Amino acid sequence: MEKTPNQRAWFMVLPVLILVAMNAVIPLMTVVNYSMQEVFYGTYSFVGPRWYIDVLHSERFHSSLIRQLIFTGTILAIEIPLGIAIALAMPRRGFWASVCLVLMSLPLLIPWNVVGAMWNIFALPDIGLLGYGLNWLGIPYDFTQDPAAAWFTVVLMDVWHWTSLVVLLAYAGLQSIDENYYRAAQIDGASRWAVFWYIQLPKMSHVLTIAVLLRFMDSFMIYTEPFVLTGGGPGNTTTFLAIDLVKTALGEQDLGNAAAVSIVYFLMILLASWLFYTITMQRKSR
Amino acid sequence: MTRYRWLVPTLYIVFLMLPIYWLLNMSFKTTNEILGGFSWFPHDFTAASYVKIFTDPTWYSGYINSITYVAINMVISVSAALPAAYAFSRYRFLGDKHLFFWLLTNRMAPPAVFALPFLELYSAMGLFDTNLAVALSHCLFNIPLAVWILEGFISGVPKEIDETAYIDGYSFPRFFVKIFMPLIGSGIGVTAFFCFMFSWVELLLAKTLTSVAAKPIAAVMTKTASSSGYELGLLAAAGALTIIPGAIVIYFVRNYIAKGFAMGRV
Amino acid sequence: MAKITLQDLAHSYFPNPMEATDFQLKPSINHEWEDGEAYALLGPSGCGKTTLLNIISGLLVPTRGRVLFGERDVTELPTAERNIAQVFQFPVVYDTMSVYDNLAFPLRNNKVAADHVDKRVHEIAQMLDLGAQLDRKARGLTADAKQKISLGRGMVREDVSAILFDEPLTVIDPAMKWELRTQLKELHRQFGHTMIYVTHDQTEALSFADKVVVMLDGEVVQLGTPQELFERPTHTFVGYFIGSPGMNVLPARIEGSSALVGGHEIPLGRSFSAVDGSEAELGVRPEFTRLNSAREGLPVNIRRVEDVGSHKVVRAEFDGRQVNAIVGEDIEIGADMTHVRFDAEAAHVYANGWIVDSDQRRRRAAGGAH
Repeated sequence: MEKTPNQRAWFMVLPVLILVAMNAVIPLMTVVNYSMQEVFYGTYSFVGPRWYIDVLHSERFHSSLIRQLIFTGTILAIEIPLGIAIALAMPRRGFWASVCLVLMSLPLLIPWNVVGAMWNIFALPDIGLLGYGLNWLGIPYDFTQDPAAAWFTVVLMDVWHWTSLVVLLAYAGLQSIDENYYRAAQIDGASRWAVFWYIQLPKMSHVLTIAVLLRFMDSFMIYTEPFVLTGGGPGNTTTFLAIDLVKTALGEQDLGNAAAVSIVYFLMILLASWLFYTITMQRKSR
Repeated sequence: MTRYRWLVPTLYIVFLMLPIYWLLNMSFKTTNEILGGFSWFPHDFTAASYVKIFTDPTWYSGYINSITYVAINMVISVSAALPAAYAFSRYRFLGDKHLFFWLLTNRMAPPAVFALPFLELYSAMGLFDTNLAVALSHCLFNIPLAVWILEGFISGVPKEIDETAYIDGYSFPRFFVKIFMPLIGSGIGVTAFFCFMFSWVELLLAKTLTSVAAKPIAAVMTKTASSSGYELGLLAAAGALTIIPGAIVIYFVRNYIAKGFAMGRV
Repeated sequence: MAKITLQDLAHSYFPNPMEATDFQLKPSINHEWEDGEAYALLGPSGCGKTTLLNIISGLLVPTRGRVLFGERDVTELPTAERNIAQVFQFPVVYDTMSVYDNLAFPLRNNKVAADHVDKRVHEIAQMLDLGAQLDRKARGLTADAKQKISLGRGMVREDVSAILFDEPLTVIDPAMKWELRTQLKELHRQFGHTMIYVTHDQTEALSFADKVVVMLDGEVVQLGTPQELFERPTHTFVGYFIGSPGMNVLPARIEGSSALVGGHEIPLGRSFSAVDGSEAELGVRPEFTRLNSAREGLPVNIRRVEDVGSHKVVRAEFDGRQVNAIVGEDIEIGADMTHVRFDAEAAHVYANGWIVDSDQRRRRAAGGAH
């Protein structure tokens, strides 16, 4: 659309600017401030980049980061293909399609702590359906004691929680494909696989990029659900970045450390989102 | 293979319903029965947990608080986002592209980073332990989302409609309310839905910024969980009740979900 | 390449059609498409032409009736086995593939040998003037190039019996439309495929086809050459739809060899025995409507004169009905030109929309119920 130049448009943007800047800029400035200070019984002293150096060399930060990356990688590898597969298998229109979509959306609207609590109850070894079931099948399972079981449960919970988002987005992408493409493919004698690979997947690429972006970001920031489910444990085996950060900031009151971690954390996310943004914008203009 | 295609979504939905069913199951059991062993259905059916929640102010005020701040946030987010989205769609101005990008980055803001600073900020403003504080803090990520979605819908309405209205003598406010907003009605609905969703589900900020008066249900639940006397039945009932608002909202937008949220951009 | 026969065809989008209005294609359509001819399937939106096309190509299975290719009953056969090519309204190309791969796609799906694929692709690309773009990605090309690719994909298979076009020039800009139409005609001349071209644009239909099939409301209304459609429309709709402006249609009472229009006597070319009075109409094209100052024929009020450059269109009215006349460019329209005369041979009589021959037998389009 042809946009007209109009500097007074700033007034229309002002409310948004104020609300977001208040929430974003001021706190960030505070955080940056803390990240360069040593707080000792109420006295502040400037220490420059010391916290950053500490953090970047910190064993604890490294392990949280690695755990986080493994977690994000795992759920992406499961949720994206699974979401696409489900969207492909769904009817394209009709009553049942509606019913499916409504039911699938339900997990997305459950408060995150309830998701964690729900899975906690669900996975308890002797009284939860999942826990009891797995043990009954002969698989030794106790997510409160065993890191592997904890990881399994956390990943399963996230898949349960968020795959529907991928399904909804992929489904929307599929809906936008003109019927004639399928007809032409039929005429050209294309196989089911060819239809998927040459028609459906390329046409879904925009929504899939959004899905990957959203899941990457949100999983990278995940806090509540695993915290309620495992508390970060057993030990710290499921302590991801955000959990560790909150522990440091609010729990241990280690402000300088927490602030430095926050900035590094935020920078990583900004970098990733900038990358994604550029890619999607490029795609759109083509 | 095509004959069994329906199996895929069906199995997935069964998978989704299992934990919810389990939650409901637990919510109707007594604590003794829960801790006593495993059972598919309550042998000792009881609605005591639900009764407790509806009669105990600490519990039901939790729900009231949550609904309150979510509603406040929806109103603020959509109202602020509407003119901004209009501006981004129709006008070019100094720094518009950078501003837009900056807004989107806030959607990516990790609440964990902001928990402590928010605590200080809102305390300094004297808003600690109020629903307003939570509503405002959620604007951090909801407003960028709202602007993003609305901009997509607004761009779908041709500029010619605006111009025709001006020629017909409408003032801008009158045009916006009487002509424009009905046209993007579905866009506003979708935006409100997402604002509701992300505000309703969020725990960390809601918990951090409140303590007693404005305690959201999520915080009430986590407090109960960590205190001694692990009352699973009560927790389950509380959780089950939180699913209801979400289900209601989904029901209202079910047609849009079916159409795939035609978000304009998507 | 073979003759395509439609037998007793009817189609409804409802599961249990009862009356005629439930049918998109009304029972029954019997029609033969001759091998190697270029047909236009012409009609307004909703008349069923796309439905008919999709039944021929196999994308739809008709509710009733059969489709035969030569002697073979293909009614239930899927599209891929009918050796049909179809070009759609919006260009359909595989965006991620190059032009070359797009053209090769149907052949490769049929497991044709690679060197043969190469040969055919180059042949077709040559014909369609796409040779220079074979290596480019299909995604970034212009709409007409993409339509050519769609067409090429259809033609690349050597066993193609017919090529079906569903309003293919809709998205092409006017300058290219003419060029593509010419190329299509040339292809037809060279290769002799049966071509069926669906359109709602009479200019496209009349310039492309040897024979035009006109449809209205799910029925085939006339089949004929452009000239036949012009000189002798078998239905008032054909008269109205074809020609610019369309045929003048006036209610009339037929008596012997003249028609009474609002009390005025109009001589006809031949004599008619009694025609069902109430629905009778007189139809004459503006090209055969003569404006005159001799007070001959029907008195009319001239509303407007449009000068098209090569001729003038006089828009007049009689008794509330439009009567148009085509007049030479040099003719001055004087105030004394108050009447119109109709050429007797060009005056047709219609009952209930259908043409009436002088021997009273109502003529339906060739291919309707006999």
